[in-house]
Amino acid sequence: MTAPATPASSPATAGERPGVRMARSRRNAELSLLLLAMALVAAYGAMVEAKVLDTVTPGFWVPAATLTAVFLGMHLVIRFLAPFADPALLPAVALLNGLGVGFLRRLDLAKAAPEERADLAIFAGIGGRQLAWTLISVVLAAGLLALMRDHRSISRYAYTLGLAGIVLVMLPAVLPASISEINGAKLWVRIGSFSIQPGEFAKLALLVFFAYYLVRKREVLSLASHRFLGIDFPRGRDLGPVLVVWAISLLVLVFEKDLGTSLLYFGMFVATVYIATERVSWLLIGLVLFFGGAYLAYVLGDAVGGPFANFYLRAQIWLDPFAQPYDEGYQLVQGLLALGSGGLFGAGPGGGQPLLLPEVQNDFIFAGIGEEIGLFGLSALLVIYLLIVERGLRAALAVRDSFGKLLAGGLAFTLALQVFVIVGGISKLIPLTGQTTPFLSAGGSSLMANWLLIAVLLRVSDAGRRPVDGAGGKVTRPSGPPEQLHGAPTEVIKP
Amino acid sequence: MPELVITVARFGFLVLLWIFVFTVVGVIRRDLFAGARSGRLVAAPRTVGASTGQATAKPAKVKRGRAAHQLVVTAGQLAGTRITLGEAQITIGRAEDSTLVITDDYASARHARLVPRDGQWFVEDLGSTNGTYLDRAKVTGPTPVPLGVPIRIGRTSLELRP
Repeated sequence: MTAPATPASSPATAGERPGVRMARSRRNAELSLLLLAMALVAAYGAMVEAKVLDTVTPGFWVPAATLTAVFLGMHLVIRFLAPFADPALLPAVALLNGLGVGFLRRLDLAKAAPEERADLAIFAGIGGRQLAWTLISVVLAAGLLALMRDHRSISRYAYTLGLAGIVLVMLPAVLPASISEINGAKLWVRIGSFSIQPGEFAKLALLVFFAYYLVRKREVLSLASHRFLGIDFPRGRDLGPVLVVWAISLLVLVFEKDLGTSLLYFGMFVATVYIATERVSWLLIGLVLFFGGAYLAYVLGDAVGGPFANFYLRAQIWLDPFAQPYDEGYQLVQGLLALGSGGLFGAGPGGGQPLLLPEVQNDFIFAGIGEEIGLFGLSALLVIYLLIVERGLRAALAVRDSFGKLLAGGLAFTLALQVFVIVGGISKLIPLTGQTTPFLSAGGSSLMANWLLIAVLLRVSDAGRRPVDGAGGKVTRPSGPPEQLHGAPTEVIKP
Repeated sequence: MPELVITVARFGFLVLLWIFVFTVVGVIRRDLFAGARSGRLVAAPRTVGASTGQATAKPAKVKRGRAAHQLVVTAGQLAGTRITLGEAQITIGRAEDSTLVITDDYASARHARLVPRDGQWFVEDLGSTNGTYLDRAKVTGPTPVPLGVPIRIGRTSLELRP
């Protein structure tokens, strides 16, 4: 039996013809996967309406069709601007994004008065807003692909981006709480009715800087070391930048009252250092520093209170959410109950009670979706995240320059860490912190930042998979003398 | 809406979700397990029926049928890297403008290059300090590289794959 979904190129005959390169770009596979994903989103929309409204309205396909048009546009952009990019990234992200929009629209349907439900306008409510944000984010991602023809070009702005990243991280901390605090976490900048989360963009900017810095320093970090207990530890002075980032992430923890964000920044940095140096000692140092810092904050929060009190409270909730189920532990308890009542196969799209969950459009969207699609569906979503991350790491392996490797590896890891922090939080594996679930949660900042991240991954994977003699290849560089002159044998050393 | 339809749709949706997951896995299957042996070990079936009189021509035919399409790094810092081969030569070394930039302490700036000639790839040492080895033999002049035979440069090891 031959599977039609996997267009395997026949290796025996595809040898010398130059046209074979086009066959390897896998864009048609991407297109069919994308259409499958959009069919799933449309089916989800129809099922929600069938359950909530008891009938499928004739316009049920409009949001799904709008999303399909947007993503097909992105597909065309990739086809022209990054023809060798990874074929799995766009469909996987499109499915998550589409299901997110579908679920938010489902919340709108549940909230609306019964007589208004049937004619909910397409851009109305949080679902409609999310649809609009998706449109903007995809346009931004396409713009980034068009502007950045070579991922190495952003390393030129590494220091600018690093500075911008630190400013963005620190901005909510120094602004007064009336502008920056929502639900106890100072992560926001509110201008009128708009609120943006600068930290989401800081992630990307800081990662570009980390990658650039580490490409410069990797030799020192990986070669100069003391051997202790069988593990190579770095020299004290090389620890400097790590300690600086550690201090910044602890400041975030204390002043922005957000464990997740601080874990995200620090984990991102440690992972990039590890990718750059391949030294396990860096992971150990990172873990010890983070857990030591978090434990210190917990102890201080118990004894002193003040800025550490928030973290202490969250840790208490995590340790025993049922101690005060209607008070502090309410969110987490409701999330756990939603996941539990979902069970293995869930109540079916539209069949749950997501409005009982606080913050269901945001932090708890995974619990809300989980109530309706169950463990079986949630694990599919997690595997899709896993595949996106795997494609990112694969792009890092395939690309040939160190900066691209670090950038793609770091971005993929950051995405994975963010999913871990929020899903771990709502399932009571780690203390709950308000992170957005990438591509699912309502919120323009998060959606935009994550689509930009995907654009960078697409660009890097395009560079990694592009055949060497392709357009813009390395061998047809105009500058510099021919390589043969450099490579002319000047000495022959006999072994 | 009849309850039956909704129940069927509910489970159908979950099944469709997993079908999507496995289709994605199918599309990327080829390089999910990089570093593992390539799955295409079976030669073209037409050589199986060839008469015994052409026994000497057989390996040549198989070889030509399985032209090298990829250069895979199997050991060293870049292990797992793949380069899709075209018609252009591949230069290997520590210099930033090499096609394959290897950060290997035992590699020279311009260490070796791979050149295609009539569908066959040749490895050539570019006067490196520590030498290039094809399997166990030191490369002195342009040497044809069979599929799957490791080219060793310092701690890095490369192979041609179909």
